[in-house]
Amino acid sequence: MKKLSLIALATAMCLSGGIAAASRYGLQDPQTSIARDIYSLHTLILWICVVIFVAVFGAMFYSIFKHRKSVGHKAAHFHENTTVEVIWTVIPFVILLGMAYPATKTIIEMKDTSNPDLTIKATGYQWKWGYEYIKGEGSLTGVSDGVSFYSNLSTPQEQIHDPKVQKGENYLLEVDNELVVPVGKKVRILTTAADVIHAFWVPAFGVKQDAIPGFIRDTWFKVDQPGVYRGQCAELCGKEHGFMPIVVRAVSEEEFKDWASKQKPAAVAAAPAADATQVAAVAPAADATAAAAGPVDGKKTYEGLCAACHGAGIAGAPKVGDKAAWTARLAQGDATLAKHAIEGIRAMPAKGGNPALSDAEVKAAVEHMVGLSK
Amino acid sequence: MEAVHGHDHAHDHHHPTGITRWLTTTNHKDIGSMYLWFSFTMFITGGILALGIRAELFQPGLQLWKPEFFNQLTTMHGLMMVFGAIMPAFVGFANWQIPLMIGASDMAFARMNNFSFWLLPPAALLLASSFFVPGGATGAGWTLYAPLSVQQGMGMDLAIFAVHIMGASSIMGSINIIVTILNMRAPGMTLMKMPLFVWTWLITAYLLIAVMPVLAGAVTMLLTDRHFGTNFFNAAGGGDPVLYQHVFWFFGHPEVYIMILPAFGIVSQVIPTFARKPLFGYASMVYATASIAILSFIVWAHHMFVTGMPAAGQLFFMYATMLIAVPTGVKVFNWVATMWKGSMTFETPMLFSVGFLFVFTMGGFTGLVCAVAPIDIQIQDTYYVVAHFHYVLVAGSLFALFSGTYFWLPKWTGHMYDEKLGKLHFWLSMIFFNMTFFVMHFLGLAGMPRRIPDYSQQFADFNMIASIGAFGFGLTQLIFLAVIIKCIKGGPKAPAKPWEGADTLEWTLPSPAPYHTFETPPVVK
Ligand code: HEC
Ligand SMILES: [Cu+2]
Repeated sequence: MKKLSLIALATAMCLSGGIAAASRYGLQDPQTSIARDIYSLHTLILWICVVIFVAVFGAMFYSIFKHRKSVGHKAAHFHENTTVEVIWTVIPFVILLGMAYPATKTIIEMKDTSNPDLTIKATGYQWKWGYEYIKGEGSLTGVSDGVSFYSNLSTPQEQIHDPKVQKGENYLLEVDNELVVPVGKKVRILTTAADVIHAFWVPAFGVKQDAIPGFIRDTWFKVDQPGVYRGQCAELCGKEHGFMPIVVRAVSEEEFKDWASKQKPAAVAAAPAADATQVAAVAPAADATAAAAGPVDGKKTYEGLCAACHGAGIAGAPKVGDKAAWTARLAQGDATLAKHAIEGIRAMPAKGGNPALSDAEVKAAVEHMVGLSK
Repeated sequence: MEAVHGHDHAHDHHHPTGITRWLTTTNHKDIGSMYLWFSFTMFITGGILALGIRAELFQPGLQLWKPEFFNQLTTMHGLMMVFGAIMPAFVGFANWQIPLMIGASDMAFARMNNFSFWLLPPAALLLASSFFVPGGATGAGWTLYAPLSVQQGMGMDLAIFAVHIMGASSIMGSINIIVTILNMRAPGMTLMKMPLFVWTWLITAYLLIAVMPVLAGAVTMLLTDRHFGTNFFNAAGGGDPVLYQHVFWFFGHPEVYIMILPAFGIVSQVIPTFARKPLFGYASMVYATASIAILSFIVWAHHMFVTGMPAAGQLFFMYATMLIAVPTGVKVFNWVATMWKGSMTFETPMLFSVGFLFVFTMGGFTGLVCAVAPIDIQIQDTYYVVAHFHYVLVAGSLFALFSGTYFWLPKWTGHMYDEKLGKLHFWLSMIFFNMTFFVMHFLGLAGMPRRIPDYSQQFADFNMIASIGAFGFGLTQLIFLAVIIKCIKGGPKAPAKPWEGADTLEWTLPSPAPYHTFETPPVVK
């Protein structure tokens, strides 16, 4: 009997999964044609499964209640029936063909990254995303070329660590610099990574693509409506894997152009002639135009990276604020300390493990740490 | 000992007692029991790690663990459950049951059998102790993907060695099983008369021999990348991180079937017994098992749909994977047909087998959903996948293991287990299992990635339900332990054949099965 209520419950849950207008039980509301294809494919297969499930387990439960010894049922002795066996091998096969057809169409569509309007390179770092609007082919060439910035989790640490602090609406799904794209345009995303494998995933777009260090992969989307869409890194990439969200803001083409033109001067101004990829690491968060490249922020680098080890003294790292741990080191002089931090020493990884940092940023972080530890 | 074995066993004069009995034993029953206790220990350890995971995920926010330790928990939970709990448990069943079911006196290579078991505890110690080395255990996930695994501390090296040792143990175990089955069957027992459990193990053993060396290769390449300057998985040195995934999953997918085929075998013994009706479609069961095994070699990259394969690759692996649904479906239909018009009773083994059938099939369906590449791209590395593989590994493999344990416990101990407690164990397991894992489908569809220590707020309620379910499930397993201990200590005397519908050879022996059995092989008509 319990079993019965259990299936009732399970089926009810499956059904609600099927209807799933509310994305709580099902896939998120699709915002691109691919995501819509995936959505309907999933609904289709879910229903096929529900039907087979009900048929097979209807038979099983019927049998469980009718063909039991306690109701006096005598066992039959058949143990083979070629016709039946052939039928239930062939029918599933045919059903599978029915599923494979729309799936194949979707795959081919997903893989077609040709003729984009805009191309953006997304680089996974431990643990943030870097975006670079690169010179591509299509209609938006020239609009945003060269704009690049990092995108870090912007949820305050207290919300994560202190249960008493109220968590914000977009807890863990908010960033300092959003990826901005135009609606109705085909955006091609190139993915790669600097350290380990990450994955660029925006559920509402039906886009998930591994970002593999040393290789470039691509995927694409064309967003229907303006809005803010949130995703996350989807491949385990180390300790902060859960803390590197992806936030995409889709805007009209005009707004996009406007945004891009504001990004560019700042980017150019901030670019230390040599290294163009560093550009927006230093671009201040919200409005880049006003404050042309702010000063290198040692505190930020420290909190975003170095504190992981130096905050608590992990793996033998001298703890910031622990005077005893620092005296001998300080004696080496600031230049040596900075050199060690940049090149790495023993268990201390070069640049704290993020080769994307500039020397100046690391130096600033060292100064910040030293200031706290004197 | 002398007295027990009587004059028949004179060659056993110096049979050691106490701890040396277990260290030196070459008896398949002793070794089988050791395997089973070992795997139960690992099951509890891995379970405690799982509860550590669920405790952290009970609420949003980081309450208990640092993220890096959380990663260690998920990684070690996976490694311990797969290599320490599920696989050795099935080998334990093989040791106990294969000789009894084919009328052999012992395993073919009795000493090697001892060695394959005793390799396991050191491997387990390596794994467990890696928590205490600098940097802690590896947190690269049980799949140990490069380059993340190349970055890890020395806990990773310990895990690599543990995998090597367990692999060696599995290979030896498999050789033993194959030789035993092929050479030592009682006269008259042709291959197509073998009980299905034996068949599934024969096929599984071949899978193991084929893929364990592949895994060993993958982790060895990791090891040399880590310490000896090779660049197999490092693009900067001409390697490719994705190569690791290809090699790993070439092992990993057959591994999935290694963990489920013997479960199919157990269920195929239990259902006919309690339906009092022969297994429907014996031959097609054998062929289905074999085709699943063969197909399992050509589907590995369905774990890698988001690595950026070309469309042709995605299509091939999608079609091949969907194809597996056919033989799997045949099995499910055959089991239901076996129950159809039977005369069923529902003792605990049957409950667990029917429970298996019901819940495992749900895992099969979600497997089909995952097989469809476009959908998989959406749900890969989310909680949907976590739900899927726990439906097939917990409700599949584990429930079958429970079923088999209750089924053969009277033969192993000579006592009947406590039926009331057994049923309680079943119902609670069933309820808490679904409570824990069903909601994970929703989490995954809605976009919660797996392997994260903290999540955004819209996932809070389902995570809380899952965590409560997990603790319930964990505690329920103590009932299982209680039943086992009670049954070993005493209980109603079990007859030679406690189950009316049972018809394999082990039931012709007294209960408990004597220390030495079938020294003169029985003749199968
Ligand atoms: C993975 C952990 C880790 C991270 C991240 C990390 N450090 Fe360190 N750091 C260490 C360890 C360990 C040492 C001690 C090395 C030794 O002396 O053996 C150390 C030492 C240092 C020293 C002292 C070097 C000396 O000569 O004594 C400085 C300065 C330093 N780190 C700066 C930084 C800065 C700046 C960052 C961020 C950009 C950073 N560290 C990030 C682990 C880390
Ligand atoms: Cu990542």
